[in-house]
Amino acid sequence: MYLADRSAPAEAGAGGRVGRARWAVSSTVLALGTVSLITDVSSEMVTAVLPLYLVAGLGLSPLGFGTLDGVYNGVSALVQLAGGHIADRVRNHKLIAGLGYGLSALCKPLLLLAHSVGPLGVVLALERTGKGLRTSPRDALISLSTPPESRGRAFGVHRAMDTAGAVLGPVVAFLILRVAVDGYDAVFGVSACVAALGVLVLVLFVPGKGKGTGTAEPQAQAQVPSDAEPDPADPADPVTKQPVNLREAFGLLRVPRLRALTGCAMLLGLTTVSDAFVYLLLQRRVGLSEEWFPLLPLGTALVFLLMAVPLGALADRIGRRLVFLAGHAVLLVAYALLLWIPSTPALPYLVLALHGLFYAATDGVLPAAVADVVPEQLRASGLALVGTGQALARFCCSLAFGAAWTVWGDGPALAGSAIGLLCCAVVAAVVLRPSPASPRIAP
Amino acid sequence: MTPLTPRRRLLILVVAVLLLGGLGTGLVLNAASRDAKEKQPQAGAPVVAPSGRVSLTPTGRLDFLNAVKGPHLDEVVSVPAADPGSARTPSGVTCLRFYSAAGTGVCLQSSPGAVAQSNRALILDPDLRTLHTFPLAGTPSRARVSPSGHLAAWTVFVGGESYGAAFFSTRTSIVDTRTWQLTPSLEAFAITLDGSSYHATDINFWGVTFAADDDTFYATLGTGGHTYLVRGSIARHTVTTLTQNVECPSLSPDGTRIAFKRRVMAGAALWHEYTIDLRTMKQTPLAESRSVDDQATWLDDRTVAYALPTDGTVGSQDLWSVPADGTGKPQLVAPGAFSPAPAR
Repeated sequence: MYLADRSAPAEAGAGGRVGRARWAVSSTVLALGTVSLITDVSSEMVTAVLPLYLVAGLGLSPLGFGTLDGVYNGVSALVQLAGGHIADRVRNHKLIAGLGYGLSALCKPLLLLAHSVGPLGVVLALERTGKGLRTSPRDALISLSTPPESRGRAFGVHRAMDTAGAVLGPVVAFLILRVAVDGYDAVFGVSACVAALGVLVLVLFVPGKGKGTGTAEPQAQAQVPSDAEPDPADPADPVTKQPVNLREAFGLLRVPRLRALTGCAMLLGLTTVSDAFVYLLLQRRVGLSEEWFPLLPLGTALVFLLMAVPLGALADRIGRRLVFLAGHAVLLVAYALLLWIPSTPALPYLVLALHGLFYAATDGVLPAAVADVVPEQLRASGLALVGTGQALARFCCSLAFGAAWTVWGDGPALAGSAIGLLCCAVVAAVVLRPSPASPRIAP
Repeated sequence: MTPLTPRRRLLILVVAVLLLGGLGTGLVLNAASRDAKEKQPQAGAPVVAPSGRVSLTPTGRLDFLNAVKGPHLDEVVSVPAADPGSARTPSGVTCLRFYSAAGTGVCLQSSPGAVAQSNRALILDPDLRTLHTFPLAGTPSRARVSPSGHLAAWTVFVGGESYGAAFFSTRTSIVDTRTWQLTPSLEAFAITLDGSSYHATDINFWGVTFAADDDTFYATLGTGGHTYLVRGSIARHTVTTLTQNVECPSLSPDGTRIAFKRRVMAGAALWHEYTIDLRTMKQTPLAESRSVDDQATWLDDRTVAYALPTDGTVGSQDLWSVPADGTGKPQLVAPGAFSPAPAR
């Protein structure tokens, strides 16, 4: 079985030799990573200049957006759930992911037309709806094009490329603003062009319906010739044959391993302090100078993008559970450092490095683990279930953390989160311990 | 659909990259050439002519930021207060927000850095030379100087999450220009809300205005979906709420009234400009029917000035004024002008 699996990515044109296949990722993953990279360049270009555009370009105050943020987050999480299920239902992950990318791309030129807070809010909400829609089908495509034992690495490659795009976006945007002062229309226009390119790469280079979905299953592999485009209605394709309905999707909740993963992801999400709070804590407690504040997310992103692939590969080797839990242990150390505040100039770098490591060890490893326990025909639904659960849990954590900060102050609130994280991590370690049936691939 | 050969796919990609790249380059070059063109003096626009130096010392002049496209866009310019339509004297100092009083200027700037915006607050001497620079954590929004010129305050917007999330909060700082002692954030002040001590994480302060005693200030406090007018003491590090639904307060020169923007409807970005009498707390709507999203400035004890977006022109603002007693009607003070600072 493993031999057949290993040859799968080679078929997709990445390695060519069986021996290298374990270390290469499929062309689908590379294509999706490229799409994400391009799309993130596009969306982060907009994010980077938006506050300045509102204040300097339009003479508006961006405070009006803050109030809607919670609503957006909730809607985005629910859209993700819907996107995942619809993708399984129409049995076409590429189509739904493409619609998501397409919707976000369409929003970019709309930004040029919206000149007041209301329409801008609608455009940004649509942009985020597109993001919610595409996440699960895209992750499903990644998992379906990769054999189980290299999924950690595949997700790592995707997340690294995705984050690279997020880092490059602001660089491109500010370059444009240097060439053309007040050239916000040029930034939005170029962002739209970049987004369109992302959609095109998806359409051209990500295999559609059926293709690439059978690589994880040796039987399917044997029946689908490597170079031919399989007929979507091909009765021999086990994936497209089975209808999927809502009840089956809910039936996923009866899969013990998925229930355990969803529960643990939510539990840990409840104690994962949101990025915004981490940066705020870092600045307040360490006393960083104001000008560093906008650069803090960059520190996290750089470590995330550098470490996502090695840690994903490590998760494939030593087990996803171990790396996933270690990631949370690293976050715990970051919390401890923020509580302790040792007087060393390296502290902010250390905290950001640990924060980035946490993302590298968990963000791609979790979907890799989920993919192992969800049947192919419900893959996007399962990934959406965990993703939505985690997002909602983190949202609840933000509310609770804000309340705790209000009542007790930032130190006790962080201490509370740290204790909560420790307890949840211990529970997760016990709940996720390997079952005898799947000793190695299990999370 | 016939499957595309890899070669054909690559061909389509290359063509698309060339087309989209060309389009993108065109957009940037177009914006750059427009930018270059706008740096030339515009026909029919208010004249900005170098005629002497700009000074912030009280001379009965009105200083503001010039929003007229041309070589002096966003520069601090000066006009006679009695004739604001006359030729503008440029200063060479560009700002995103500006205010001055008693010879002290505050200029908030923003420029694109390599990976993030670079924002700073400059404290200027009467000849607009920079005395001190403070780095800012976000995009400039409001700036004020106390009537004595001793204190300066500014508000910036701070973005939160990086990933496409529209999360914003404000940060308001006050600096004493005699000692350069900085209060980085008013959020550290003790809050008394409706008579009792108040703590919350969603606290935002914005729009400081100073009284004449170099200690008392007024500002907006936003928390829990409400905005409050607060009176604060810099020495005691305290603020106390006075009333609700008041944003961007501006104290009259005689210290008796505050001009402010009042949100017309919860959740909508529409404001009506009012004044409130601090002795009676009576509010008076001003005769401006358009939505004002600015911190007003008193030109004198009877007149309030504010910037409004120019109709049909993205990125330009005009300076308007209206009587502070609710009578009369809005008057255009100067087209293509914002951030006014009357030198009294």
